[in-house]
Amino acid sequence: MRFFLRRLGFYLITFWAAVTINFFIPRIMPGDPVSALIAKNQGRISPDAAEALRTLFGLDENMSLWDQYVQYWNLLLHGELGTSFAYSAPVADVIAGAIPWTIGLVGIATIISFTLGTLIGSGIGWRRGTWADSLLPISTFFSAVPYFWLALIAISVFSVTLGWFPASGSYDRSLVPSFSWEFISSVIYYGTLPALTIVISSISGWILGMRNMMVTVSSEDYVTVAQAKGVSERTALFGYSARNAILPQVSSFALSLGFIVGGTLVMEIVFSYQGIGYYLFTAVAAKDYPLMQGIFLVITVAVLFANIVADFIYGVLDPRTRQEG
Amino acid sequence: MTIDTSIVEEGQELEKPSQAPMTGVVAAAEGRRRGKPRKFLFLRNSKAVAGMVILGFFLLIAIIGPWIAPYDPSARSDDILQPPSWEHWFGTTHLGQDVFSQILVGTRGVIVVGFVAGILATAIGVIVGVTAGYIGGLGDETLSVLANVFLVIPQLPLIIIIAGQLPTVGGVTVAVVIAITGWAWGARVLRAQTLSLRRRDFVEAARANGERTWRIITAEILPNLTAIIASGFVGTVAFAVLSLITLSFIGIGNTGEWNWGTVLYQAQSQLALQRGAWWWFVPAGLCIALLGMSLTLINFGIDEFVNPRLRSTGLNARSLRKRGIRPRIGFTPVVREAEETRA
Amino acid sequence: MTIASPIGHPQRLAPASDPVLEIKNLSVDYGYDDDPVHVLRQVSLTLGRGEVLGLAGESGCGKSTLAYAATRLLPPPGLITGGEVLFTDRSGVKTDLLRLNDTQLRASRWQDMAIVFQGAMNSLNPVYRIGRQIADGIRAHEPKTSQKEALERAAELLDLVGISPDRLRSYPHELSGGMRQRVMIAMALALDPQVLIMDEPTTALDVVMQRQIVEQIAELRDRLGFSVIFITHDVSLLIEIADRIAIMYAGEIVEDAAALDVYNKPRHPYSSALLHSFPPLRGPRRELIGIPGSPPDLSRLGGGCPFADRCAFAFDACSKVNPELVFPNVPGDDPRRSVACLRHDPAAVRAVGEVPLPVPAELSLS
Ligand SMILES: Nc1ncnc2c1ncn2[C@@H]1O[C@H](COP(=O)(O)OP(=O)(O)OP(=O)(O)O)[C@@H](O)[C@H]1O
Ligand code: SF4
Ligand SMILES: [Mg+2]
Repeated sequence: MRFFLRRLGFYLITFWAAVTINFFIPRIMPGDPVSALIAKNQGRISPDAAEALRTLFGLDENMSLWDQYVQYWNLLLHGELGTSFAYSAPVADVIAGAIPWTIGLVGIATIISFTLGTLIGSGIGWRRGTWADSLLPISTFFSAVPYFWLALIAISVFSVTLGWFPASGSYDRSLVPSFSWEFISSVIYYGTLPALTIVISSISGWILGMRNMMVTVSSEDYVTVAQAKGVSERTALFGYSARNAILPQVSSFALSLGFIVGGTLVMEIVFSYQGIGYYLFTAVAAKDYPLMQGIFLVITVAVLFANIVADFIYGVLDPRTRQEG
Repeated sequence: MTIDTSIVEEGQELEKPSQAPMTGVVAAAEGRRRGKPRKFLFLRNSKAVAGMVILGFFLLIAIIGPWIAPYDPSARSDDILQPPSWEHWFGTTHLGQDVFSQILVGTRGVIVVGFVAGILATAIGVIVGVTAGYIGGLGDETLSVLANVFLVIPQLPLIIIIAGQLPTVGGVTVAVVIAITGWAWGARVLRAQTLSLRRRDFVEAARANGERTWRIITAEILPNLTAIIASGFVGTVAFAVLSLITLSFIGIGNTGEWNWGTVLYQAQSQLALQRGAWWWFVPAGLCIALLGMSLTLINFGIDEFVNPRLRSTGLNARSLRKRGIRPRIGFTPVVREAEETRA
Repeated sequence: MTIASPIGHPQRLAPASDPVLEIKNLSVDYGYDDDPVHVLRQVSLTLGRGEVLGLAGESGCGKSTLAYAATRLLPPPGLITGGEVLFTDRSGVKTDLLRLNDTQLRASRWQDMAIVFQGAMNSLNPVYRIGRQIADGIRAHEPKTSQKEALERAAELLDLVGISPDRLRSYPHELSGGMRQRVMIAMALALDPQVLIMDEPTTALDVVMQRQIVEQIAELRDRLGFSVIFITHDVSLLIEIADRIAIMYAGEIVEDAAALDVYNKPRHPYSSALLHSFPPLRGPRRELIGIPGSPPDLSRLGGGCPFADRCAFAFDACSKVNPELVFPNVPGDDPRRSVACLRHDPAAVRAVGEVPLPVPAELSLS
């Protein structure tokens, strides 16, 4: 229990830190681009919304920093993230429309990639010194290329040249989103190539990580003891080696999640997949600061949440954490 | 480029005491190898050597690239969207610019940002990590939380919101932003190692002798962290390169300054994909991959140095198979090769 | 100088005609490349049924290697390059463990021969309860046994080694070092093995705990009747528990004799020196002297006796011939003991054209 409480405390601190960073960035930046944008968008933004933006970006000169900070939190906790200039709509709404797509695509692809990569890594680590080692250079290559570049390659091969998959979008635009099979299959069809790309580009990290952990763990005595007991190869591999090697793998899952999410967001841009990453890109291009900052916060919260889940899984997997305290 | 091998070797010693008894066997094996000349041991690691050769190549290009580039990378010409040819090795863009020259000239931007960010982030990481590990207590607790916070917050979006709100974004600014967001990993690893070093006899002894903290850190602790610092630096450079290219690719940063990411940005925004102009985006990506791989390989070399268990056993799979050896835990291979001289 | 049996257990020299484990000319290399270290060079050792055989020697002499190789558990880059490991089961059928395929080997393991590793601290899987780990071994060999039955047997086993059965549900990190060691012993006894190999089962423990565990092993052996190979570098401990002692040096057995014979009348210079580097358990104190020098680097052994550099009795032939195990050149010795020293092997000395020297007085005590 102590373990979980400690971790929870840590995530609260992280959340606070992310919000505070978000609060200060526009305030310490030279220049005052937001005022200009508010002025430019005067007709399209309601006075209320403009007021919120002033608070979020610290344009009220005569308010103390502390008051600004309190008010900032107040707005955030009410779900008020400001108004997007580019979409002339509340940031929260824009994000709400985008986030299911990202979670569906990135979430599923990441889980597939983690599971597969961990399995393959176990195999390679277990059968060291065999042909399986020759997978290593390939994984090294894939772990070195940026995700979005692989996306470019995937599109040029599978969409432009072979025409197997659509090159952009998240579903057939002629369909109306609904829970019909037609729509869902279209989502799957459009999502396959981006998902495959995410899997291919992120899997090598998991393979390498798990392989190294397997090599380290396999030389632990308890694995040899398992073999000495004459348990089946499967039990020795999964019950003793992989079962322990996966612990650091889960922690590194938590730690590298931010990195992976970052990479996949850029991939959405390449695929024009209407998720968070795509909106972040359009926000950058349109200098839509409220949207940028809102997206950063939401991504952070999502990553924190995933971390909590990973911690929970770790706690379940490792009896040593449970016993603390 | 070479790495001072004598320092890296220290790192090898570093891990040993913490290894489990059974790996004493491995450590003993190291002892045996150590009988042989130890000089340039790091350089005998083929992965590290391959990595350094590739990295050296890119460093060279970074220096001489702008001089040897056949064309001005921004100069337009009438050869529009030409596939690779003798005149244009990597083809041309929609404006008739020479992609090969863009890549050559752009190498410098990538390397400079990568190394500046790497150096800055490593410096922050060393300061925070070693301090935290050395002082312990509440200070350690606070610094660790700080590092962990920066680890968990997704870096790329953070970089984007910082860089995206800056009025002008040159290469060095990007490097600084990357360093500010990317130091945490190194700090974390260094902290853990400093913590364990601090309890070692030689450090305890120095403290008992009343040596000054500053001297203990520079003379006793830092030399033992060299391998980790080096690997952290290499990792950060890789991360910085990827970040820079990603930022340029999504259009943050000065597009007037060439780097591989801006090449990709133009390719993407000018619909190179749809036009089938593969030469526009393939070379830049391969360069990134090669550079990234070289850094990864160097780090593999360092890792295997520090943790001998990771060595791919230097085994040649084919020769093993020929001798019928399948290296496995729990089933020692038996070959009948020893001569029997005893009854 | 002769003393009575130290703790007074009867001197039981198993008849060589009833061996349970015969290691013959076992050779082991470390390294798969073309420059391996020959850690074991044609080592032969026989364990009689019901016997406790002690294996002693300085750190790094290859004791663990021998144990792991005999069970084929040596981790990479270990490689068995020759020899036989014959196991004789209760019905007298002999099998060469080095010729079994994976399935046969798995089936034989733990049933025929179980092993307690050096450093039980890391021998237990940290993420499983110990009950499950014991049950795993049982169920691997008796698939029909239900988990519940297996756990019940695990509880009995724990009881056997003096651990409360409710510890079944503990994780390894919840146990003390001594408890883990006992759990390992219990686990090793799970399938009633005929041979139990123990690699320094007590080194990590304090003296009181060492004593308890050694006594427990002796008691269990008397009760259950298995044979034991007990590895340690602590010879004095062996005198107490072992029937027979084999002394190892630089990857070879240099002396093999009844425990008290080794203690009272060592025939090999190294055994003698080794005995003088430990305080005697009981009886008159004798002067403690370390062995000068350090063990040779196994990767660069010459052709002579590996002990030559450190041996007080070395002579010309010692750098030329590597001595073989022979009957000691001392009249009246137990015919089953053997020693690998040129002082005892005039024939080998003459074979290289040197003049044999007599066995020095220290090595021919009676
Ligand atoms: N992987 C390896 N490569 C090369 N040599 C090795 C390797 N593992 C062990 N050795 C060598 O094999 C020899 C025997 O080691 P072993 O572990 O069997 O010794 P030991 O007698 O059990 O020592 P201890 O009493 O310390 O347990 C040692 O000299 C060691 O240096
Ligand atoms: S053979 Fe020679 S060197 Fe070896 S133990 Fe005997 S006397 Fe000593
Ligand atoms: Mg040993």
